Amino acid sequence: MDHKSPILELQHITKRFGDKVVANDDVSLNVYKGEILALLGENGSGKTTLMNMLSGIYFPDEGEIYVNGNLVSIRDPKDAFNLGIGMIHQHFKLVDVLTAAENIILGLKEKGGLNVKAAAERITEICQKYGFEVDPYQKIYEMSVSQKQTVEIVKVLYRGADLLILDEPTAVLTPQETDKLFAVLRNMKADGKSIIIITHKLHEVLDISDRVAILRKGKYICDYETKNVTAQELTDAMVGHAVTLNIDRPEPVDPKERIRIKDLTIRSIDGVVRLNHVSFTACSGEILGIAGIAGNGQKELLEAIAGLQPVETGSIAYVNDDGSEEELIGKDPLEIAEMGVSLSFVPEDRLGMGLVGSMDLSENMMLRSFRQGKGIFTDRKSPHKLAERVVEELEVNTPSVETPVRKLSGGNVQKVLVGREISSAPTVLLTAYAVRGLDINSSYTIYDLINRQKKAGVAVIYVGEDLDVLLELSDKILVLCGGEVSGIIDGRTATKNEVGLMMTKIGGGEADE
Amino acid sequence: MLKFLLAFIPRAVTQGIPLMFGCVGETITEKSGNLNLGTAGIMYVGGICGVIGSFFYETKVGAQNMTAFLGITIPLVCCLVGSLLMGLIYCFLTVTLRANQNVTGLAMTTFGIGIGNFFGGSLIKITNSEVPSIVLNQTGKFFKTQLPFAKGLGWFGTIFCSYGFLAYVAIILAIIAAIILSRTRTGLSLRAVGENPGTADAAGINVTRYKYFATCLGAMVSGLGGLYFVMDYSSGIWANDAFGDRGWLAIALVIFTIWRPGHSIWASILFGGLYILHIFLPTGTELAVKELYKGIPYVVTIIVLIITSLRNKRENQPPGSLGLSYFREDR
Repeated sequence: MDHKSPILELQHITKRFGDKVVANDDVSLNVYKGEILALLGENGSGKTTLMNMLSGIYFPDEGEIYVNGNLVSIRDPKDAFNLGIGMIHQHFKLVDVLTAAENIILGLKEKGGLNVKAAAERITEICQKYGFEVDPYQKIYEMSVSQKQTVEIVKVLYRGADLLILDEPTAVLTPQETDKLFAVLRNMKADGKSIIIITHKLHEVLDISDRVAILRKGKYICDYETKNVTAQELTDAMVGHAVTLNIDRPEPVDPKERIRIKDLTIRSIDGVVRLNHVSFTACSGEILGIAGIAGNGQKELLEAIAGLQPVETGSIAYVNDDGSEEELIGKDPLEIAEMGVSLSFVPEDRLGMGLVGSMDLSENMMLRSFRQGKGIFTDRKSPHKLAERVVEELEVNTPSVETPVRKLSGGNVQKVLVGREISSAPTVLLTAYAVRGLDINSSYTIYDLINRQKKAGVAVIYVGEDLDVLLELSDKILVLCGGEVSGIIDGRTATKNEVGLMMTKIGGGEADE
Repeated sequence: MLKFLLAFIPRAVTQGIPLMFGCVGETITEKSGNLNLGTAGIMYVGGICGVIGSFFYETKVGAQNMTAFLGITIPLVCCLVGSLLMGLIYCFLTVTLRANQNVTGLAMTTFGIGIGNFFGGSLIKITNSEVPSIVLNQTGKFFKTQLPFAKGLGWFGTIFCSYGFLAYVAIILAIIAAIILSRTRTGLSLRAVGENPGTADAAGINVTRYKYFATCLGAMVSGLGGLYFVMDYSSGIWANDAFGDRGWLAIALVIFTIWRPGHSIWASILFGGLYILHIFLPTGTELAVKELYKGIPYVVTIIVLIITSLRNKRENQPPGSLGLSYFREDR
């Protein structure tokens, strides 16, 4: 960057939560006009906290913030708007039943009455300027995730932001949507806006940013010019020691058919077809990756296998080692679980299914084993031991096994859940979004765990959202689109583009939009 | 037929007006995300506060010396202040202290009915009345004053112009509430607060202030329903428990009107009609049948609740965070 005029300067920012937790420790950082700065760090390294201080949600305990050279104090979101700082949160802050335009002008104190039409015109203007597509009169609940995100970005621009902060914007997008987003970001950069982007995906950092700043454990480590740095260097700086970035994919040993699904059709309660004549086979010792835009039937598929979802037609057969088949439909979840089918479903809010937030680690372990106690009393010792083992083996960061699960960070919660499911020595492991929101280090621990299961001959069905990982991890990839199987391809030869197209269109094919 | 309608419609309307006040008040409240089940109690308090005010005015100066202005203003102000206090208590408990809204609301109802009956009983004691009621004839007359030309308009006058001023206030309030909610910035912000307070907060809207304001305003509007019931519908006669369970019907109406105050105008009159239908239905000699007919509004309410919960259009759903308290640090 030649034009060294910082639009934003952070100096010696420190933020503590309570006495012990230091989220940010003496962070100093500059952002220049017209640059895209990527903020990189593991979970809990304080990226989001730091950004929340810029958007007025938290207030720093120590340190100064300068905007355009002036010392400022950002006490609430309104102050941030007034300074031209806009944040696009990971969880969209939109009101579902309102239209895009209503959401965008929400809370603004413009002169005159409520004039949605004038607002819509300005929105269209902004959209044309940067290359967005937004229908101002569309209701939010009718929108796809990427449309919602666009509304968020337009909302920030409408308020005249010069500095945009995006917190993991690509976590929920398809590769094509990500490309579109990046094109828009480049347009904004060309227009002189500054952008801070938080992401875990290294290739995106290398793709979009001009500069990378790295945080580790709340401390500012260093920054790099993106063009002079490699993914390996970034990871090492982020984790603090050298990490291997390759996910290994051992050849499947002696694959045998384990789950055979034929013509599975599922309707939701309100009659919408969620899965339409889905057929596939999952083999032991193999990882079957399931790709698809969120909400295209992944959840229903896994729940149907685990016996949690009523099925309209079709069959789900469990193939025993000797080749005999057992029908899973009609069995209750307990019976299915006892046959060795284990569901470690990581839903969107992580704690929704599988773990009980206010119970501690060993009690959560008991959710699987409480039936095993003698007489009317439950067996508390073995779950406790199991919890201690999971904590040790998976390096769960927790004060003790008596800590309620909801107090752990996302990555640790996921480790606990996956750890418990694996401990029951399953023959089929169903996992969805196992690494959602996890940093690189924790993600690789989870991949490693899954691979170990694969080597042990478990049939793994892995629903994932990061295509790069799916492509590196899976032996086969099943792509779902609108509840139908768009295709099943070999994970070793598939390309990201191919899968991306199949996600949006049955059978993939050339994009002819 | 016309004769039947001329008898039926005005009675349905006077029955419906208290429901309309309650329904509009509760809709305003619920739009802010506060499920105020205390509405029934608030309407009692609104009624008894008006009664207390006019009782002291009427006994102090004597019926013949009362002026129309004070005769209306005193009970009106008393009613509004009383309901406002109830709204403030509810807000303090649920918004500031984040108490459970359902429990608080139910407690407010019990509390409000208790207040009504306690002060009603006390006033009856003071008057040493033979019958267990307080009679405020003159105030009732003020409230029941019709438009002077209504009598000369034939059937039109009977159906549209034969009501006391509070009835028109109810309709005007319903229309104003509908316009504010759908057409103004304030309404947009209020809807956002009820749907998703976190988003509203991030957009720079003061969630607490909106919740307090909407709930207190809603309580005051609901309270007017109690006042109308005593002063106009009952011609200024307060009897304990006379108001009955109209407050609950008002809450059911909010769901029936899918949170649209504009709809509450016809819906309350419809429910008012159902409420008195038993008087007009032929029952023969069997009085038990009449008692069964009295259940019609409740049966309709249940059916309506079933139907509305079956509809799954997003616009027709209750405000997203209805019944939940908002706590910024939670997010």
